[in-house]
Amino acid sequence: MALKTQESGSPAAIARKHGIRIVGIWFVLSLITDLVVWFVWGPHMPPGTMTTSAAGQQFDFKVLTVMSVPVLFMVWVYGVYVIVKFRDRGDHEDGYYVKGNRKSQALWYAATAVLVLSLAGFGTYELVVPAGAGVGEGPSPIWKPANAKHILQVQVIAQQWRFTYRWPQFGGMETTSLVLPVNTEIQFNVTSLDVIHDFWAYQLGVKADANPEVNNVAYTKTQQTGRFVVRCDELCGIWHGAMYNYGNVVSQNAFYQWATSMQAKNASLTKLLPKYSTVYVPNDNVVGGQYFNG
Amino acid sequence: MAIDMSQSTGVGQSGGAGGSTAVKWFARGNIVSATVLGAGGWFFGHWWGNVIAGQYTSVQNSGTNDVSWLLGAIFATVAWFIGLGALNHPIAKLWGGEAPLPEKKEKYSIWEYFSYSTDHKVVGIQYLFAMLMYFFVAGLLALGIRTELLSPTYHIWGPDTYIEIVGEHGTMMMMMMTSVIMGPFGNFLVPLMIGSKKMAFPRLEAVSFWFTVPAFFFLLSALWQGGFQSGWTGYAPLSIQGGVGQDAYLFSFALMAMSMLAASTNMVATIINYRAPGMRWSRLSVLAWGMITTAFTMILSVPVLIDGLYVMGMDRAVQTSMLYGQHGGSPFLWENLFWFFGHPEVYLLALPGFAMTTEILPVFARKPIFAFKTSVAGMIGVATLSFFVWQHHLFNSGMNPDMRPLFMLSTELISIPTGFLYLVGMGTVWRGRLRFNVPMLFMLSVFFNFLWGGITGVYNSDVPVDALIHGSFFVMAHFHFTIMGQLMFAVFGAIYYYTPLFFGIKLSEKLGKIHFWTMFIFFNSTFLPLFIVGWLGQPRRVFEYAARLQTLNQWVSISAYGLGLSLAFFVVTFVWQLVVSRPKSEQNPWDSRGLEWLVGIPVPKDNFEQIPVVLSSPYEYGNPNAGPMADLAPSISSVGSDA
Ligand SMILES: [Cu+2]
Repeated sequence: MALKTQESGSPAAIARKHGIRIVGIWFVLSLITDLVVWFVWGPHMPPGTMTTSAAGQQFDFKVLTVMSVPVLFMVWVYGVYVIVKFRDRGDHEDGYYVKGNRKSQALWYAATAVLVLSLAGFGTYELVVPAGAGVGEGPSPIWKPANAKHILQVQVIAQQWRFTYRWPQFGGMETTSLVLPVNTEIQFNVTSLDVIHDFWAYQLGVKADANPEVNNVAYTKTQQTGRFVVRCDELCGIWHGAMYNYGNVVSQNAFYQWATSMQAKNASLTKLLPKYSTVYVPNDNVVGGQYFNG
Repeated sequence: MAIDMSQSTGVGQSGGAGGSTAVKWFARGNIVSATVLGAGGWFFGHWWGNVIAGQYTSVQNSGTNDVSWLLGAIFATVAWFIGLGALNHPIAKLWGGEAPLPEKKEKYSIWEYFSYSTDHKVVGIQYLFAMLMYFFVAGLLALGIRTELLSPTYHIWGPDTYIEIVGEHGTMMMMMMTSVIMGPFGNFLVPLMIGSKKMAFPRLEAVSFWFTVPAFFFLLSALWQGGFQSGWTGYAPLSIQGGVGQDAYLFSFALMAMSMLAASTNMVATIINYRAPGMRWSRLSVLAWGMITTAFTMILSVPVLIDGLYVMGMDRAVQTSMLYGQHGGSPFLWENLFWFFGHPEVYLLALPGFAMTTEILPVFARKPIFAFKTSVAGMIGVATLSFFVWQHHLFNSGMNPDMRPLFMLSTELISIPTGFLYLVGMGTVWRGRLRFNVPMLFMLSVFFNFLWGGITGVYNSDVPVDALIHGSFFVMAHFHFTIMGQLMFAVFGAIYYYTPLFFGIKLSEKLGKIHFWTMFIFFNSTFLPLFIVGWLGQPRRVFEYAARLQTLNQWVSISAYGLGLSLAFFVVTFVWQLVVSRPKSEQNPWDSRGLEWLVGIPVPKDNFEQIPVVLSSPYEYGNPNAGPMADLAPSISSVGSDA
């Protein structure tokens, strides 16, 4: 198996010739695609912009996609080029004998390191600055909204297989539907009465596991009215797939009216509930089971 | 470098003191006696469990007795191994006698493949069929899932059956993937690649395989015992709530974990100690490098899984309270234990796939591996970092928010060693003379498929974006690209590549190309839309979804049927060629330089007449000065005369 290269010239010259073509095609395709992603597709990416955290997720997804496109095209363009150019021509020759290249390896290490570290930096910034990015932060959150005075408290109670909501600022009433005022900071206190669930308010850009006997706090700020869906996002048993309901972000007036009327209507029921608390513990000693404050 | 040049007196050879090699296979124990004894063990353990735990208050009204189930399973497994003859050797030793391993043969009867064989080539083939069995059964379950998801509201299965199928599919696939390369290809090829007549511990090798059989049947048995609702992740307290199907989950998973420990211990010992003279670490095949890296990762992570499963079993059977609250436990404990195993695990699924790809790529590119040391560093880097990322599964859990930037960083750092593997692959094909045989097509598709999985992995690791896609079909699509798109494509490529060595036949290129192209297209057509489905808000493991996602889901389901048909096509053509037409392979059909191909087809019973002396790297394609990789009939003078 004698070595025979059909191409003449030094390896560096050959590499330059092919390299310029590959980089050229890659650059044009990546640039066009990135512009389309950023300006055409980006503004329509899910989950929309109903809240600050949803808008943040949309933005982050867009940024990651813009960074991914050149990586995808690098492999694709290179792959197609190699498959077309460096095929066996039927003569069953061997390829060019080379076991490494210091320069291209060093370039690769440096480029991936820079890319990865800047992604980690970007992700951290986008997590810390928007108050936890709508993610459950556990019982003692460390990233909080700047204006902590006017926060609407909503407790999300998950159980097999439904969500209910309690409102400590409205007499501790419990409702089966979730209505939120627009342009308001909201603190979700998510907990569970049995197994692990996950509160995923898709259009609100909020996701937090509901753990039994643990409070999991997530923040967001509403900025548009509209309907949103709440789904359980952690496998919680047979009816996990049916554990969803809908909510609405409404004007502040409409919210206040809804909340006060619900408070009045539910007053007799609220008295029967355990006192509002961040977590509830099942009481096995009572017939039929009962929850008390943990 | 004290290498034993005379391995012929070790285990694996006949003629030990007092041993008779004329023992018939049925006297050595076999699958029939194992099944009979195993069933007896089950009834005994079950009865005993009822005697000692039947009066537990938690058992009395529940209709299930986890103690009796688990004792039944433990006794069944022990009796199964006795029936296989696994204890013959230790008992003979206790009696002061010898029980030498049966002599290896050129060709075995079909029954020997159902016995407790200690021949590494038999074990490799046993593993291959067992793992394919796992894969195809779990694949059928996946079609059950996709059938349910044809409609957002009309149900084929009840919600309980649906969730059982989801859990079975996931657990069976995850158990299989851990062993699908190390089992068949590791056991069969590593001794050939390093110039050894056998694996270090042939009996341990047999044990590792025979654990996977009861694991499969116990796991499958969950289907008619009410299944398990917790999925393969088994989160507590849901997993404490479930019926005895959950015991089947934890027990079969634990058996598989034992198998992994046995196989990986054997692999480490073999690769370190049984390399032929001249087989330096720099000449070790990249598949063997992948095996030893994977094996170390397994040895360090699998005990944590066994521990977690043990804790789960105790919580369920004897009412300890480690995994749920009220008496001091915490569901977070399971989440941490599980993912402390689970995250190294998903990389130890990916590593062998990459090792296999890098192993086969140079043969068809006709070039050496580009930056060999980088590929090894990439594998070791992935394996090491994999122990520092497990909390990225728990970004929404509420635990340790202050640790999130750290786990985001460590997770994204893994892209660097993973990127090494792309550098190596891309450098290897540069100015090669690519031959597009079926194995090569599969290996090239590994790079295409894994790219989707790798890129979307960065999305998952970014906490704010993970808040959107965690627990959705996006994540599910991500890991199907990394595991099925990468590992399983590498496995199928390896099957086409190594059937000449395994079975002496060369599979048809034409049929193989039909299989490849249909599998590749339908695979991508199944899983690419699932990224969108998840991104648009469909959680995993649901049987009902938003009506607006129906078109996409139907597209996916129909593509999944196409994928199923493509795999069925493989099964039919593979079995046909293996059993009926048997297209004979010429010697070294791929022009490989690898030591495993130099021994000839069929592989001689002891692999090597003499321990060979290795002279160069297996990847010297295109080197005009390269001689053969090894001297198979070395004289003393050839030792140390390497190129
Ligand atoms: Cu739930």
